[in-house]
Amino acid sequence: MKLITFITRRIIHSVFVLFGLSIVIFVISRVMPGDPARMAVGARAPQWVVDNLREQMHLNEPLYVQYYYWLRDALHGDFGISLVTRRQVADDIKEFFPATFELALFAGVIMGGAGIFLGTVSARHKDKWIDNFVRVISYLGVVTPAFVFAILFLLLFGMTLNWMPTMGRISAGLSRPPVVTGLITVDALLAGDFATLLDALWHLILPALALAMGGMAQEARITRSTMSDNLTKDYIASERSLGIPEKVIMRKFLLKPSLIPTVSILGLDFAATLSNAFLVELIFNWPGISRYGINAMLRKDLNAIAAVILILGVVFIVVNILVDIVVAQLDPRIRLAPGRGE
Amino acid sequence: MNTATLQAQDSAGLSAGTPLLLEIKDLYVHFDVYGGTLKVLDGVNFTVRSGEKVGLVGETGCGKTTTMKAILRILPMPPARIPGGEIYFKGQDILKMGEADLRRVRSEGISMIFQDPTAALNPVFTIGQQLEAVVKYSLEGKKLSRREIRERAIIPLREVALPDPERMLDSYPIQLSGGMRQRVCIAMALVASRELLIADEPGTSLDVTIQDQILRLLHRLVEEKNVSVILITHTLGVVRETTDRVYVMYAGNMVEAADTRELFARPMHPYTRGLMDAVPRLTGGGIAGGIRGRIPDYLDPPPGCRFHPRCDHAMDICRQEKPPFYRLSDNHEVACFLYRDGG
Repeated sequence: MKLITFITRRIIHSVFVLFGLSIVIFVISRVMPGDPARMAVGARAPQWVVDNLREQMHLNEPLYVQYYYWLRDALHGDFGISLVTRRQVADDIKEFFPATFELALFAGVIMGGAGIFLGTVSARHKDKWIDNFVRVISYLGVVTPAFVFAILFLLLFGMTLNWMPTMGRISAGLSRPPVVTGLITVDALLAGDFATLLDALWHLILPALALAMGGMAQEARITRSTMSDNLTKDYIASERSLGIPEKVIMRKFLLKPSLIPTVSILGLDFAATLSNAFLVELIFNWPGISRYGINAMLRKDLNAIAAVILILGVVFIVVNILVDIVVAQLDPRIRLAPGRGE
Repeated sequence: MNTATLQAQDSAGLSAGTPLLLEIKDLYVHFDVYGGTLKVLDGVNFTVRSGEKVGLVGETGCGKTTTMKAILRILPMPPARIPGGEIYFKGQDILKMGEADLRRVRSEGISMIFQDPTAALNPVFTIGQQLEAVVKYSLEGKKLSRREIRERAIIPLREVALPDPERMLDSYPIQLSGGMRQRVCIAMALVASRELLIADEPGTSLDVTIQDQILRLLHRLVEEKNVSVILITHTLGVVRETTDRVYVMYAGNMVEAADTRELFARPMHPYTRGLMDAVPRLTGGGIAGGIRGRIPDYLDPPPGCRFHPRCDHAMDICRQEKPPFYRLSDNHEVACFLYRDGG
C-alpha cells in the first residue's frame, strides 16, 4: 500500500474518532453538577443576570440543540468565552498550548533518545553491572511520579546548586522573539536570536527532564527486553555466522527490528506527557495548557474544558498516526500485510 | 579413540591421507538455566575431511544443532558455555580465535543453512539488504562498489533458481514462500565461496515436495562448487543417498560413526538399530517400531552410557561408565560396551 493511501485512510478514520470524542466531551461537560451560568457570574449576582446568561449560552435548549451550536462554533475555531479568564478560549489555547507542546516535545526527545540508548547499552551488556544499574534506574523512573522528579530537580539544580533557572520559559530580562509557532526555541531559531534560543533551552531542561523520566525508563526497559530477546533469534545467529561484523549487526540488523515496540510505546508516552504535565507546569511556573485545563476543570469552566480536551484529543490522534507511519516504515510485515490494500 | 584416522570410503575417492578440514575434540556445551545446568554436549568427537559429505542423524533435542552452532561460535552465551573441548578448522582452534580470525572463518570458511528459513531471515530488511551485507563484509567485498555488490548479490539468487532475482532483491522475507526463503538462505550461505557448508535440516520446515526440491538443489550446488558438507537430517533415506559418512548422535554423544554404506548394511549401536527400525517400510508390516522412552533430562542425565535407560541390552557397566569408541573396522566405530571385545 502506498504511504499516501495509508495516511489518507488514517485521517478519514480520525475524523470519525474526533466526532465521537466531541460528543463525549460535550455530554460530560454538560452533565457536570452545578449551573455554569451561576458559576460564571458569581454567587452574589442577581437571578436575572444568571437567567440572561443561561439564555445566551443556550443552556435552556435541549441537549442536542446545544451540541449543534457548540459544534458549529467549534468548527469555526470559536470555543466561546472562558468563564474564568473572560477571554476567548481559542486565544487562551493559542497562548498556553505551544508552551506545553514545546515542553512535551523536548521530553519526548529525551524519552526516545535516552531511553533507546540506555536500553541498547543494557541489552548489550546483559547481566553486567551497567545493565543492573540501568535496570534499577528504570524501576525508579517507572514508579516515581513526574512531580517528585520536578521537585527534586528544582531543589537540587535550581536552589541548592543554583545552576538552572526554575521559573517560566525564558529569563525576565529577555523579550520573546516574534511569534511564529509559539515554541520559543523554534521562534528564536527562526529569528536568528541565539541568545534567546539558549536561554529558552536552559529553561526547558529541568521540566522536560522531570517529565521525561517515566517514559524514558519505560522505553529503556522495552528496548532492553526486545533487544535481548531478538539477540537469541536465528537471524542474528545467521548474520553472525555469515561474517557480518558485530558492530553492524548491533547498529543495523538488531536495532531496527527491536525498535518497533519502543516506538509504539513512545507515541503513547509522548501524548500522555501533554496531560501529565500539570504538576510539573505548576512547580516550574510553566504557562502551559495542562495547568490551564486543570484550573478550568476545578472551576467548571465548560468552554475551556471542552476545548482543552478536544485539542489534546487531536494531538493524541496525530501522534498515533505518526507512530503508525513510523512503525509501518520499520516493519514491512505491517506495511505489506495482506488485507491492507495493494 | 580417534575418528581422525578413520578410513574413508574408497568410492568417494578419499583416503586417510586426505587432510582434516574440521575436527571437534571432546566438546562439552552446557547451558546455565534457572534451576541448574543443562549438560547437553558430553564430549563430542567429530571430523570432516576436505571434500567429504558427512551426515549427522539423531532424534530432536540430541544436540545436533548445538554442535553446529558451537562450530561457528553462534551459541547464545550466556546461557550457553563451553567448559571443555577443541574445534579445529584447518588446524586452528576456532574456540581460541580472536575476532579477526573468527570473522575470516565465518566469511570464507564455513557457512550454515538453518532449519527454519523464516526465523533465519531478518524480517525487517529486504533480501537484497541482507545478501548485500554478506557480500560487503566478505573478504573481497571491501574493494567492491555499491553496484558491484548488488550485481554480486544477484548471482547466487540465480544459482538457486529463484525467478526474477532483480525483483527478489527488493522483496521482504514475508513476501516469499517457505521454499523461496530457504533458497534465499542457501544463496546467502553460498554467496561467497566456502569450504564447508553446514545444512541443518534444510527441508524440515517445508512441505515434502519442496523439501525434495531444496535437497536436490543443495546437492547440485555442493557438487558444482566442490564444498564439504555436514548434513543434518531426520530422513535416513537422504543420508543414504547423499553422504559419504554418517555420525549417529544420541543425547549429546556420538554413538556410532561409519561409512554410509557400512552403517546401513551393519548398524551396530542399539540406538542406531532402533532408528533404522523406526523407518516405515514400503513393503508393509504395519506401523514401524520405535524406541521406547525419550531423550534424557539434561539437568540430570543418566550416569554411564546416556542411552542405558532405553536400551534393551543394558548391562551393569553401562550404568557406571561412559563407553569409549570401539573400532570395528577401518570405517566403523561404535560407542557401546556390547562391542568391547571387538564385536
